[in-house]
This record gives sequence, structure tokens and C-alpha cells, in this order.
Amino acid sequence: MNELPLLSALVAVPLIGAVVVASIRRENADAAKWTALAVSGVVAVITAMVALGFDYSADAPWLQFTETYTWVEAWDLNLSWGVDGIALLLVALTAGLTPIAMLAAWRDLDAVKRSVPAFFALILALQAAMLATFLASNVLLFYFFFEAMLVPMYFLIGSYGTGPKKQYAAVKFFLYSLVGGLFMLVAVIGLWVHSGGVFDWQTLVAAEPMEAGSLQNWLFLGFFLAFAIKAPFFPFHTWLPDAGGAAPAAVAALLVGVMDKIGTFAILRYCIPLFPDATRTFAPWVIGMSVIGVLYAAFVAIGQTDLKRLVAYTSIAHFGFIGIGIFAFTQASATGAVLYMFNHGLATGLLFIIVGFLTLRRGSAQIADYGGAAKTLPLLAGIFLFAGLASLSLPGTAPFISEFLVLFGAFTDNEPVAVLATLGIILAAAYVLWMYQRTMQGDRNPALDEVPAMRRDLTLREKALVAPLVIAILGFGFYPQPLIDAVEPAVDNTLLFISGEQADLPAAEGVSNE
Amino acid sequence: MNEVQIDWAGLAPMIIVFAAAFGGLLVEATVPRARRLAVQAGLAVAALLAAFTAVVLIHDKSSAAFSIEGTGLGSVVLDGPGLFLQGTIALLSVVAVLLLAERRTTRGGDFVAEAAVVADSAADKAQQREDGATEIFPLTLFAVVGMMMFVVAGDLLTMFVALEMLSLPLYLLCGLAKRRRLISQEAALKYFLLGAFASAFYVYGMAMLYGFAGTVDLAGINQAGIASNQPRLLLYIGVAMIAVAMLFKAAAVPFHMWTPDVYTGAPTPVTALMAACVKVAAFGGLLRVFNVGLESSAWDWRMILMVIAIATMLGGAIFAVTQRNIKRLLAYSSIANAGYLLIGVIALGDAVGSTMFYLAAYGFTVIAAFAVVSLVRDGDEEATHLSRWAGLGKKSPGTAAVFTILMLALAGLPFTSGFTAKFGLFAAALGAGEVGLVVVGVVSSAILAFPYLRVVVLLWLNEPAPDAPTVNLPSPMAGAVVAAGVAATLILGVAPGFLIDIADQASTFLNT
Repeated sequence: MNELPLLSALVAVPLIGAVVVASIRRENADAAKWTALAVSGVVAVITAMVALGFDYSADAPWLQFTETYTWVEAWDLNLSWGVDGIALLLVALTAGLTPIAMLAAWRDLDAVKRSVPAFFALILALQAAMLATFLASNVLLFYFFFEAMLVPMYFLIGSYGTGPKKQYAAVKFFLYSLVGGLFMLVAVIGLWVHSGGVFDWQTLVAAEPMEAGSLQNWLFLGFFLAFAIKAPFFPFHTWLPDAGGAAPAAVAALLVGVMDKIGTFAILRYCIPLFPDATRTFAPWVIGMSVIGVLYAAFVAIGQTDLKRLVAYTSIAHFGFIGIGIFAFTQASATGAVLYMFNHGLATGLLFIIVGFLTLRRGSAQIADYGGAAKTLPLLAGIFLFAGLASLSLPGTAPFISEFLVLFGAFTDNEPVAVLATLGIILAAAYVLWMYQRTMQGDRNPALDEVPAMRRDLTLREKALVAPLVIAILGFGFYPQPLIDAVEPAVDNTLLFISGEQADLPAAEGVSNE
Repeated sequence: MNEVQIDWAGLAPMIIVFAAAFGGLLVEATVPRARRLAVQAGLAVAALLAAFTAVVLIHDKSSAAFSIEGTGLGSVVLDGPGLFLQGTIALLSVVAVLLLAERRTTRGGDFVAEAAVVADSAADKAQQREDGATEIFPLTLFAVVGMMMFVVAGDLLTMFVALEMLSLPLYLLCGLAKRRRLISQEAALKYFLLGAFASAFYVYGMAMLYGFAGTVDLAGINQAGIASNQPRLLLYIGVAMIAVAMLFKAAAVPFHMWTPDVYTGAPTPVTALMAACVKVAAFGGLLRVFNVGLESSAWDWRMILMVIAIATMLGGAIFAVTQRNIKRLLAYSSIANAGYLLIGVIALGDAVGSTMFYLAAYGFTVIAAFAVVSLVRDGDEEATHLSRWAGLGKKSPGTAAVFTILMLALAGLPFTSGFTAKFGLFAAALGAGEVGLVVVGVVSSAILAFPYLRVVVLLWLNEPAPDAPTVNLPSPMAGAVVAAGVAATLILGVAPGFLIDIADQASTFLNT
């Protein structure tokens, strides 16, 4: 199985690529762009190799393609990589969305005097860190990248963002995440002390489960706080509208589309198997937070006047659904939650990119600056509507499947929660349709005619980068089975911990590859 | 007669530096002025490197330096922690000496030629263009010997001699800045007066402990903690007084008041020396006193030391938030770091290794940070006000990138030594059951991240002022210091294994 160190390559290639691109002189902007795109292409190819070699059967080892290299022996900190079905989906999302985001930002920097190589190098560094968090199978290694990824994102928002509040947004993002991360650090150390110096995820999961009680509860809270801020769940969400509103649209697509999924991914990967009793104990609270998040964020989204902030708020509502799906602990809802992470990445990524096209043309993200824009931009408006409808989970688009699974699973677990969350769908229809109506339809805003760019519909490059997302959203909307097949074994394994039957786990693959 | 056997090899590191310090005095008298800088700096670096080599050669020694018929005398104890810290001090001082020798950043260097000339007088104006005094090198070496002795002193009396020996040259060095001489002299006076008070406390505490234990030997005091039938009040007062003196040197709240003023007023290379090497020495002494001398009475002092640690962590962090001057910011950050290190002292035995690792890691980072500060100049003066640093990333991206790495390291981001050091320290403390202190440490780190991040924001995200300061490059010495500090920060962040192992192996005090 381990002929090629594919997972190491997935982290190393973008990292090395980032260094190479960063060393390109800023006059050679085109060289930097193409190099970065090529690197992300290589990452996509490696991801495809992993996906093709992955064993999708139910009795396959939980983590596959495992690699381990000793790093700091005294701390049991090893470069251990491994991938399960959930991680595979998110790795694929990262690998797919990054080149698209790069293409989307291709012309963003033409007008400003910022270093183009640095921008693309930061995106590659971000990609490396995000991939590493999905692939790490060592708790401390995960923490390393979980924190390190703040640095590139901080500069992407603060240095390349738009709007007067970009510095504020960058600092807020960084501090919020860092504070969460530091509390997680205490819990990480606590886990290490309790386990007798073990950080290896496979060893921890295979060991006797931790006894229920206050220690487990505190450790859970330490991890969960970091993940809830990262996701973000209500009421830890306030950094996201600022960050999403200030980041360049392509970066916002990566921020909301991929980076935020690390929070929910990590809940599945770390909180549930390591602290199952505490997860059960706090589940009602988390579900409560999630339901409030679904409704609250949807209401706030309706009232937004800025397109990017609006999309950010819709995402907070969607993360509420993911939270409900995970913490309802049914196979359907948890599978739905994982699919939701993937599909939301596609739909919101597309939405952010389209909003980016619009704001680049108009020079503003304010809804009031638009109105009747569809007249001159019919294709762009169409894609915008499509992305919006996907985001509200119209049947036939991929997000529908995931939302349906989440609600279906939640209904078997807790009917009032499912009913309340369903209200969120109605609200979603409201904010998406109002957003489309106020920007694209109705009386044409006369100011639009004075902006020549508003007459230019999608260019070839823009069509080319939107097409794969549209195809994926439609394709997985009609035929989601491959995704479900990939995810279900890992979800089942995770849920065994909740039911206390983790002894039935498929035997872990031996830690090999010294 | 009982003859005292002397372990010359074990004393070699200190003897080498001591001899070099005296040699430096002779150089002042004999070598022509134009060549003194090269000779003095070369001598100092060579001596410190030789001392470091000598430490490495005797690294697994664990015995008293003086003994009578095989029975060790407690005065100088060569054991793992002592030697590790001696080595750390020697290496850090090499870097600090390079910074002292920098003459390119401003004409003639940061040091005044003749300190006795009245500040701002005509003669003072005239000597602004002259090269700085080279006596700073022997002075530094004397201070370094004091520090190296401080960390291996096995009785309170030797420790006091070492304390004075490291302090007196530093008082002097603080007053030798060429620019803003009045502030520099004020810093020296303040440091001297408060330091003298601290020394007085120390002597008084020593007397109390002698009254309690009948000995000044640390191991003997530890025995007395169990066996003595003297009033326990003597022990309490003695411990309190000694702790005051040592916490003063370590800059713990509420004995920290001098730190920001002295750090700001002293010439930046001296500040770097204090922030890195003196911190190592002070905590080396604290570790030894509490682990060897006062372990048996741990329950008597734990509570009060915990309060001080908490006050130091939170106080340092909160005051750092309000600072507008980069040197004061680093001063308060050094106070907060003293708080984290105190956790290591309180956690006793298990945390010795990680505390020492922290000292080494922090020392390199902070020296590099002060070296960068000394490079950013408004004309002849350092541009220490933070607003002047705005937009440095546009004009001098290299310097700004380096300083960003250092700030992120101080904030404890992974892949820097700041993270590995904090992780090791907090892990050891949690293992020893100090949950509350670790949580406060984390809260303090979170608060402290804000001022560091604000510096990063200033560097990269703000527009530079039209008369923004210049970065004086190339400044070979300061450049080398920055390079060494950043390299250590990254290496200890990415591959800390070797130093962790060394520190862990060296973490057992000789307890006789």
C-alpha cells in the first residue's frame, strides 16, 4: 500500500511550491501565477491518485496510506499521515478549490501595488497547512498546522483584503483563532499527560477509552472551543463576517469553503473518538447552539447590505446544520453533515467567486450599488442564481442531499430540533432570493451604466473556472452515491465510539514506513 | 592536615572567562586605541567559545568543585543543570558580545567614549563622534563570570558573591549609552539603587536562614527544613528575603518596576545581554535554591510563589498591551516570560529540563529582537516608538520579515522555538499537577499575542510615514546576531529534539 509517500507529497509539494513562488521576483508576476497554478495542479493529480487507490469497502482500515516519520521522540510528535473517507473528501475539496481560487484571483491584483508572487505563495502555504490538518494522524502535529495556518490567512486578509476594515478583520480573525487554539493547547497537553505521553492518534483511539468524568469534560471543552471558533458555531462566529467581508473573494472562498471545515472535521476526528462520553454529555448544548445559529444567522443574513458579509452569514447558518448533523449521532445525519461540508464548500465557494466577479466589475460589494444588473450580465447573473439556489439546497443540486440527510437523521433523533432547523431552509430561500432580486432584477440602477466593466459578461477564464464547480454541484446532486460510499465507513467507525462499541473497529493498519 | 582538592577541569569554564576579563583590562592599557575594538571583541568571543567548549567537555560531570578527602564542599557544585546553564550563558553571551561590538549602525557605536563627561555639555557633544569605550568587553566578561558562577553556586554565600559580581558591571554598562545619556544614567542609577536594596535583602535573608539551619549550604538548609528545631519563622523570613532578591533579578511582579526603565535607558546591546543572559542566570539560581535548598519546605513557599507567578504572567501581559515603545514592549514581554518560567520553578524536579530549554530558546529570540531594534534608526538614534515602525515591510521587507518571525515566536506560534519552549514547560507543569498555573499561563499568552500582533500589523499593513526610519544595513555584527537568533528560533522550533534530550539528561541537581 505504501509504494509512494503520497500523503507526505500532498503536504510537501504545496509547501515547496510556496517557497519557490515566494522567491520569484515581483516583476515576473505571470511566472509566479503559472508556477503556483502548476503546483496546485500537481496537488490535484496526487489527490486523484489517493482517491483512486483508496479502499472504499466497509471493513477497510480506518486510516489508509499511513506514513510515520519520527520527529521529536521525547513528545511522541511524529510526522504521521493517514486519510479516511471524511478526510479524503475534504482533501479533494481543498485540492479542487485552490486552483479555482487562484484562477479567480488571477486579475485581482492587476490594479493594486501588491506583490503578486507573495499572494500566490501565501495561498500555496495555506493549502499545505490545510491539507496537513486533514491528513495528520498525530494530535500535536494537527495542532501545529491548525495554528500555523493562521499566518498565511492573516496576511491574505490583512494585506490583500478590501475595504477599510481589513486590518481589523485580520487581527480579529487571528486573535479569535489563537485564543481558541491556546485553550486547545492546554487540553492537548492534558491529553498527553493523561495518556502517558502518547500523541499518536491511532494509538490513542485503540487504547482503552478515557473514563468519563470531569477531566474528559474539560479536555473536550478545550478541543471543542477551538473547533467551534474555527467552524464557527454561534456564538463564536463574529469574526467570520468581518474576515469574509474583508478577504479577497477568492480567499474568502477558501476561508469559508475549506478552512472552516477543519473545525467540523476535527470534531469528528478528535472530539468524538477521544472524548465520547463528554461528547454525549455536551451534545444537547451543541445542538441548541446549532439551532440558534441556523435561525439567527439566517435572520442576520437577510438584513445585510454587503454581499460578502451576507454570504458569510449564510455560511454560519449552514455550519449550524453541520453541527446538528454531527451531534444527532445518527448514521444518516452524520453522513449528511460530512457531505454538507463538501457540498457547502462547492456551493459557497462558487457563490463567493461570483460575488468576487461582481465586486471586481462594480468596485463595490454593497447591494445598494446594484439593481437590474442581469440586463447586461445575463450569464453571470444566471450562475449567481444557480449558486444561490445550490446554497439554499434546491433539489437537484448537491447540497440538497446533505441537508436532507441531516434533517432526516435529526428527525429520528429529536423532532423539535429538526422542525426548527427546517425553518432555516425557508429563511435561506428568503435571503438568497432577496439577494438575487435586489442585485440582478428590478429597476436598473442608473449608476451601473457609468461603469463600463458592468457590461462585460463572463470571460473565457471565468467560464472555465466556474464550469467545474457547476458540473460538480449538479453531478453530485443527481448522483451522490460515490460520496456517500467514501464517507460511510469512517462515519460508522466514529459513531461506534458514541454507542460504546469501538471494540468492533476494523483492525488498525500497522504503523509502518519508518 | 586536610587538604582541599580542587577540580580544575570543572572550574575551567569560569577560569577562562575570568582570565580573559583581566586580559581585557591589560589590553586597555597596552593596545593602541585604533585596534582595541578588534582585539577586545576577538578576545571576548574566543574566551566565551573556549568556555563553552570546556563546558561541553565536562558535560556529564556531577560533583563538587572543591572537596576534602572525597567529601564535597558545597560552595561550587558542578552538575547537569549548572553546566547546561553555564553553556547556555556562554553561547548567548557570544551573541551579545557581537552586538556590543557593532559600530556600523551609528558612528562609533552605541557606547559613550568617556562616561565621566557631563551629559549634554560641550565636551559631550564633541565626543559624540568618537568611538565608544572598549572597557565594555572586560566589564561584560566579568558579568558573565558572575552569571556562570551564580548557576553553580551551592551555598548562599558563593551565590551572593556571584550575584554582586554579575550585577556591578551591569550597573555600569547601563549608564554607558552615547545617545540620550541622561536617560541612560537614570537607568543605571535606578538599577543600582534597587539592586543594592535587593542585595541587602539577600544578605538579611541569608542571615535568617543561617540562623535557622546553622549553615549556608543549600543541601544543609534542605536538611534543616526537615530536622531543624529552630523557630520556623526564621525560615519563612529567610526564604522571603532571598526570593525577593532573586525575583528582582528575574523581573517578577511586583519586583519588576525597574525593568521597563532600565531596558529602555540602557544601550540596546546591554539590554539584550540582560534580557537573555541575566534571565538565564537568575532562573538558574532560582531553580537551584528552590530545588536543592528549599524542596523540603515546598509547602511553605509554594502558595506565595504561585501568587507571584500569576501576578507576573498577567501583569506583564496586560501592561505590554498598552506600550507604545518597542523596548518597553519587549521589557514587559520579558516580565511575562519570567512568569512562565516561574511555573517551571514551582513545578520543581520534573520541570527543570523544560525550564532550561525555555531559557535557551527565549534567550536567542530576545537577543535577535533587540538586535533588530538596534538596526532601525532615525538618524543617529534608535527609532523605538512603535509608530515609527509603521510600514517597515514596504521599505525593508527583509528586516520586517525577520522581526515578524521573532514576534510570532514570542507569541508562541508552532514551528518556532516559542511554541516548543512553551509546550515543554506547560506539559511538564501539567504533569506536576499545576493545572491552574498553566491555564493562567495560557490566558496570559493569549493577551500577550495582541501586542505582538499589533507590531506585525504595523510592519506590514500600515503605510510608512514619509520620514520613516532607515534600517542600517549592512551592519555585519548585528546582522550576524540577528541571523544567529532567528536560526536558533527556527531550528529549535522545527527540530527541538536534540536540545530537549540534552536538557532532560542534564536536569538532575547534585543533592549533597
